[in-house]
Amino acid sequence: MRANKNTRLRNSFHQAKWDEPIIFELSRKGERGILIPEVEKEIEESVGDGISTLPENLVRKKPPALPEISQMRVLKHFLRLSQQCLGADFNIDLGQGTCTMKYSPKVNETFVRSPKVAALHPLQDESTIQGALEIMYQLDLYLREISGLDHFSLQPGGGSHAILAMTSIIHAYHESRGEAGKRDEIITTILSHPSDAAVAAVKGYKVITLYHDENGYVEVEALKKAVSEKTAGLLITNPEDTGIFNPKIAEFTKVVREAGGLCGYDQANANGILSITRAKEAGFDICFFNLHKTFSSPHGCGGPATGALGVTERLRDYLPIPVVEFDGEKYFLNYDLPHTIGKVRGFLGVFPAALRAYAWIRSLGAEGLKEVAQVAVLNNNYILEKVKRLKGASAPYAEGKHRIEQVRYSWEKLTEETGVTTEDVTCRMADFGFHLWSSHHPFIVSEPFTIEPTESYSKDEIDEYLEGLERIVEEAYENPDKVKNAPYNSVIHKIDHSTLDDPKKWAITWRAYLKKHKKK
Amino acid sequence: MSKKEKMVHPYIPNSVPEVKAKMLEEIGVKDIEELYQEIPEGLRFKGEMDLPKPLLSECALKRHVEKILAKNQACEENINFLGAGCWQHHVPAICDEINQRSEFLTAYAGEPYEDHGRFQALFEYESLMGELLDVEVVNVPTYDWCQAASTSIRMAGRITGRREILISDTVSPERLLVIKNYCQPVMVLKMVKHSPGTGLMELEDLKAKMTSETAGIYFENPSYLGFIESQGQAVSDIAHENGALCVVGVDPISLGIIVPPSHYGADIACGDIQGLGNYLSFGGGHGGFIATRDEEKFVMEYPSRLFGVTKTSVEGEYGFGDVAYDRTSFGVREEGKEFVGTHAALCGITAGVYLALMGPKGMQELGKTIRQKSQYAMKKLSEIKGVKAPLFDSSHFKEFVVDFNETEKTVKEINASLRERGIFGGKDLSRDFPELGSCALYCVTEVHAKDDIDKLAQALEDCLE
Repeated sequence: MRANKNTRLRNSFHQAKWDEPIIFELSRKGERGILIPEVEKEIEESVGDGISTLPENLVRKKPPALPEISQMRVLKHFLRLSQQCLGADFNIDLGQGTCTMKYSPKVNETFVRSPKVAALHPLQDESTIQGALEIMYQLDLYLREISGLDHFSLQPGGGSHAILAMTSIIHAYHESRGEAGKRDEIITTILSHPSDAAVAAVKGYKVITLYHDENGYVEVEALKKAVSEKTAGLLITNPEDTGIFNPKIAEFTKVVREAGGLCGYDQANANGILSITRAKEAGFDICFFNLHKTFSSPHGCGGPATGALGVTERLRDYLPIPVVEFDGEKYFLNYDLPHTIGKVRGFLGVFPAALRAYAWIRSLGAEGLKEVAQVAVLNNNYILEKVKRLKGASAPYAEGKHRIEQVRYSWEKLTEETGVTTEDVTCRMADFGFHLWSSHHPFIVSEPFTIEPTESYSKDEIDEYLEGLERIVEEAYENPDKVKNAPYNSVIHKIDHSTLDDPKKWAITWRAYLKKHKKK
Repeated sequence: MSKKEKMVHPYIPNSVPEVKAKMLEEIGVKDIEELYQEIPEGLRFKGEMDLPKPLLSECALKRHVEKILAKNQACEENINFLGAGCWQHHVPAICDEINQRSEFLTAYAGEPYEDHGRFQALFEYESLMGELLDVEVVNVPTYDWCQAASTSIRMAGRITGRREILISDTVSPERLLVIKNYCQPVMVLKMVKHSPGTGLMELEDLKAKMTSETAGIYFENPSYLGFIESQGQAVSDIAHENGALCVVGVDPISLGIIVPPSHYGADIACGDIQGLGNYLSFGGGHGGFIATRDEEKFVMEYPSRLFGVTKTSVEGEYGFGDVAYDRTSFGVREEGKEFVGTHAALCGITAGVYLALMGPKGMQELGKTIRQKSQYAMKKLSEIKGVKAPLFDSSHFKEFVVDFNETEKTVKEINASLRERGIFGGKDLSRDFPELGSCALYCVTEVHAKDDIDKLAQALEDCLE
């Protein structure tokens, strides 16, 4: 029970703090965590010990210096570490803007843990994997409806990986027309995901980045100046991380198309526009959806995940192989795509993510998906209204306009007036069991924070989170040091970042730490 | 959803009409539609998406999905000898327990404070892999071995400032497809031949192909075709004499008994952690590692997150954070090293649990057991008339090529017969390695009992009769 009924805040919250050692410190010589199946006597008699027949120079004489720990102690160690981590199942995860931290339904976990999935090998004969292929094929059909594009590949292992596939298709397309050498520029916007620019560079492109005006909009004129016979394509997010929808997007794609480029739509996050607006109507040739964002597959601390890649009919033959097809009776894998970029990931992608997305779409239907988008947008604009009223906070750009699924806010005024920064607020939020993300590259908005509520959290939960922000603002104006010295109730205290950028001090493994910091 | 009373979906709490109304009132609009006024009419989707009717109850959804999944025949219900980069090993129950914890499963990119456990678990993963590979630097996992190899090659290119990469022609064909796409158009790939008898790399061909533009040589050990490349040191010597790097893809589960690449001169090691406590999951359980020594010029070329241990304001407390974050694309976009994003962190945490359970003894015993069982399988299969295993006259670890050419049957035919007997035969190599004719790649691990191997031998004998 909460003592103070006047607040939703968890004033007595303290995150689990186990002071758990590093796993190597738990090692006790001779302990075992698990035993290996013994080799049958007949096998030993038939082939010997397995080691002495190996070439001498290949035999590892000294075993790896892994720790020796009994089973329950290993379990306890990792359970304790897990308690020192706040997943979306625990906190009100609005503060990880751009990442769509929605509910990942538990029933879908039972599906992926079934032996019918977990013990399925990707190279099995097609007759033995009809269920898995059916799920992939049907999901492809659903994503076609949602995007308006014509074919999907589930192979990319995340959003950036889908951008890689997208950029590779752009390259292969121009190559097939003998223009790859000439078209060596990719255009993007500064508020599109950093990977849109970074991946283009991986594929050897020169990157042209467009900036928005003071209202947060990129002008068509700026794009017109950037396009030329060198333009290979456009990679763009819409709505951008500001939650502002570019209303001229169809003109953008037209300008690039007329210049002979292809248009790639980064829809990593499409949560606010499901069934509201689609890649097709905006004139895109390629798009992708992150199944671990909009489509509910859990983020898993950062993967495994899927960036489902969609293309229009004329680009179908460029997709990574194989694609799943249906001949009216059975599902099968088609490797025969004449212009394929080859592969971006092994096998068929992260099937568990596809299965969860399939189940999520099936549980909601068309009307449900629209409700998801609408409620996500409702929640976002409710928060926008409340955050704007917070002292020291602001919502730069598009003044007076509604936003789609998220807003990039600023603590600029708070910092000016109290010295309290985004990082400080972030640390203090942890004291109430919240998470507020600190990473919002590029740092165009000063002291940024991004909130994206999705459809998953109730008004009560949203109000609780807002009360957290409100409390910290109060503290910042009354006693800024209180905020600056946070966290107090989290797992650990303020980190010393200086060692992490110094090659003489950084320690990426325990052995490096022992070498550099524990002189014996 | 009936027209009269709109269903409130369990996943969407604020669908409750009263709550919706209250929130709209706070915003100052009458209808949610008004919130979309920035999207022009011409871009609005007017139709209705053609999706199947929703399965609103969990019960109905479960029935529906399980019915589809029941059409799959799992490896567990058969005896499986497929590997080829996705391997059936035993998954300890503790790996499962940790892998499905809500805290890890539903976390993403929290701060080093409230997500301390995620940082520590991944730092420990890096550290445990560091012991297995005998190096100081291992990344937070990338997507899979294919990506790890591709990035290792691009790293070699940047470190040496050269654009050519030599690749052994016995690497996984699938991996090669990924590498090709990832290198194009920045790096040029050249294949190095193998000796038909042993499978080992032709060192003369390697030497002949080395130029002043060669950034490195990439080979796999054990190779995709199962044999162990015993000339690792000679290969890296040739690379180093030419100012190039040696990049080795390795199956980490072999490293309890076989020396890690760093012992024979490899500069970069990479590979897959699926076998370390992660399920097959139809190819969804992969994660890729990249490992190097702790030299600034290597560390600064990683695109991945690298979690490091540091101290906090409280004496004796460990903290964790990103090492050299400014090299990543998060910070500097196209100026960063390749790109970083959501990859395969949970597979890394799980692999860490696996290695902590196994310990030095476990890894050693496991390597020994796998080798004995696969050797037994090769011996047993070779006793069958017309069957030769292994095809290559070299040492092998868990995978090996079975040569069926003398049986005059295709692998496809043989595998179909085996399937009728509840056995998944090895991967058909005839498409990827047509020069081998009727050959299949078999994988034998600790999960196979002698009885399973005997059953395979018997079944082959029966269907080859």
